[in-house]
Amino acid sequence: MLQGLETQDSNYDKKNTAFAAETRDLVKVYGQNRAVDNVNLSIPNGGIYALLGPNGAGKTTIINMLATLIKPDGGSAKIFGHDVRTETHVVRQLISVTGQSAAVDEKLSGYENLTIFGLLLGLSRSAANRRAKELLEQFELADSANKTLEKYSGGMRRKLDLAASLIVQAPLIFLDEPTTGLDPRTRIQMWNIIKRLVKTGSTILLTTQYLEEADQLADRVAVIDHGHVVAEDTPHKLKAAIGKATLRLELASEKDLNETMRITEKMLGTKPSNPEPALVTAPMANPDSVTDLLIALREGSIRLAAVSVLEPTLDEVFLALTGTPKLEGVGQ
Amino acid sequence: MSAQKIIPPEERDLKNRISLRTTVVNSLTMAYRSLLLIRRTPQQLFDVTIQPILFTGMFAFLFGGAISGSVQGYLPIIIPGILATTALTASIATGVQLREDMDKGVFNRFKSMPIARIAPLMGPLLADLVRYAIATGLTFGIGYLLGFRWANSLAVLTAAILVIYAAWCVGWIFAFLGTVAPTTQVVSGISNAILFPLAFLSGAFVPTKTLPSWLQDFVNINPLTYIVSAVRQLLNQGTIGNDFWLSIVGSAAVVVIFVPLTLRFYMRKA
Repeated sequence: MLQGLETQDSNYDKKNTAFAAETRDLVKVYGQNRAVDNVNLSIPNGGIYALLGPNGAGKTTIINMLATLIKPDGGSAKIFGHDVRTETHVVRQLISVTGQSAAVDEKLSGYENLTIFGLLLGLSRSAANRRAKELLEQFELADSANKTLEKYSGGMRRKLDLAASLIVQAPLIFLDEPTTGLDPRTRIQMWNIIKRLVKTGSTILLTTQYLEEADQLADRVAVIDHGHVVAEDTPHKLKAAIGKATLRLELASEKDLNETMRITEKMLGTKPSNPEPALVTAPMANPDSVTDLLIALREGSIRLAAVSVLEPTLDEVFLALTGTPKLEGVGQ
Repeated sequence: MSAQKIIPPEERDLKNRISLRTTVVNSLTMAYRSLLLIRRTPQQLFDVTIQPILFTGMFAFLFGGAISGSVQGYLPIIIPGILATTALTASIATGVQLREDMDKGVFNRFKSMPIARIAPLMGPLLADLVRYAIATGLTFGIGYLLGFRWANSLAVLTAAILVIYAAWCVGWIFAFLGTVAPTTQVVSGISNAILFPLAFLSGAFVPTKTLPSWLQDFVNINPLTYIVSAVRQLLNQGTIGNDFWLSIVGSAAVVVIFVPLTLRFYMRKA
């Protein structure tokens, strides 16, 4: 009965595996609140894609619809070309989800948890046991393998939760705020794991409130606010759309300030400013000219205490795009 | 992580249906999980250990003299009654535990996994067979110690299977409640409201002919009465009668109605 639609939309209906996930006018309504409001996303196959936005922007709701956990109220969503509404079982074979709260059994040990998930995913008893041991090693949880999760710390629980999602590595892996609440060391570990997953052929769709995280990890970012996609691009281009990088020169001595200002203006061709007595900043259009500037400063016998380049942060991007002053929970 | 690449989605043989075999395997894995959970918190077995011991002893000595003239004479009436009511109580715990289980984060993972939808429900119910078996075994054991002698061992076995089967079927009513009710308190509240009239206004503890006629009418439509009568006939006469078949068919009807209902509400919440 949907014949007409299918022929009309044949490209979209073909098992189009160029996109790991694709949504068209996706809608989810809770009462009066349009939590997700006509969202169109095309998430390429391969790489890391980030949904960036503050709490309550609708990121998790989007993930839950894509992961078949809740049904969309409107529009459509496809995972590797398979409809999340009609081909739920196929979709579930292609995804794994790691939510914000650990989806593991508190009363069971780490080893038992992983073994049971392995069995459910169709591994044999011995394969499930082997895989559980492997993952516990990999996630540095081997020492706590036989402890019940009640004795795990928050970070350990998150790691086990991710391990449980990787028993069988899915082509599309959803990570809902994978590093929220993790200590810096565990966070870096998590990032490395994510990068490895991509190398072995998985696509990662993650949500984050951390601008730094999206910037560090993602190949593409969709900025989500109030259920809408307000911008979608590479982190680099998003930042470029907002402004240029800034060169920051810290002088060893305040007395060189005027001379430095003069040389900088001459070499970069833009007007520098000095927010502090021994600090010169200037918009940096062409990175090559920085080399010339540094040589000129050396020739002028001006000693520098520090040189750095400030990229515009995604925080500024968000501000420029949504007009919301500050994101909740942003580090720094 | 191995450096090996995963198989791309388009090269996979994917089906949108779950085979019966997968459903069975998933359910058994879930049952294994439930058994592990029971082993971790043995307190869960209180209702199927303490209750049969306590109730059998208590009722036998409390009412034995009054109802049948002696403890010995009361045992043929009370043992089948305790068997059925203990199993009923145990099946109520199914609903409460299922609600508790479903509130855990791990159920979200189950929902997103390519497993049979019924498995997370079927698992705990299968594991409950162990609880019913413990309750039934203990009741028979205490009964024997008190001096109860049954017709023959085949009859005991048949009676035990009937009770466990009926409890499992009825357990789906409470599994349904567990799925639709918002909290565990609601589940246990409603369940107890069902349990007490069902257990006591039945032929479980007293011979029905001693009751006023309006109460007899209720007792005669109480399904528990049929199970108790069937068990009594088996244990005391060693025969199978109409009550036995009615119990089998009635319990099956509960499953036919409540399994799809439970599954539907579970999926809706999913």
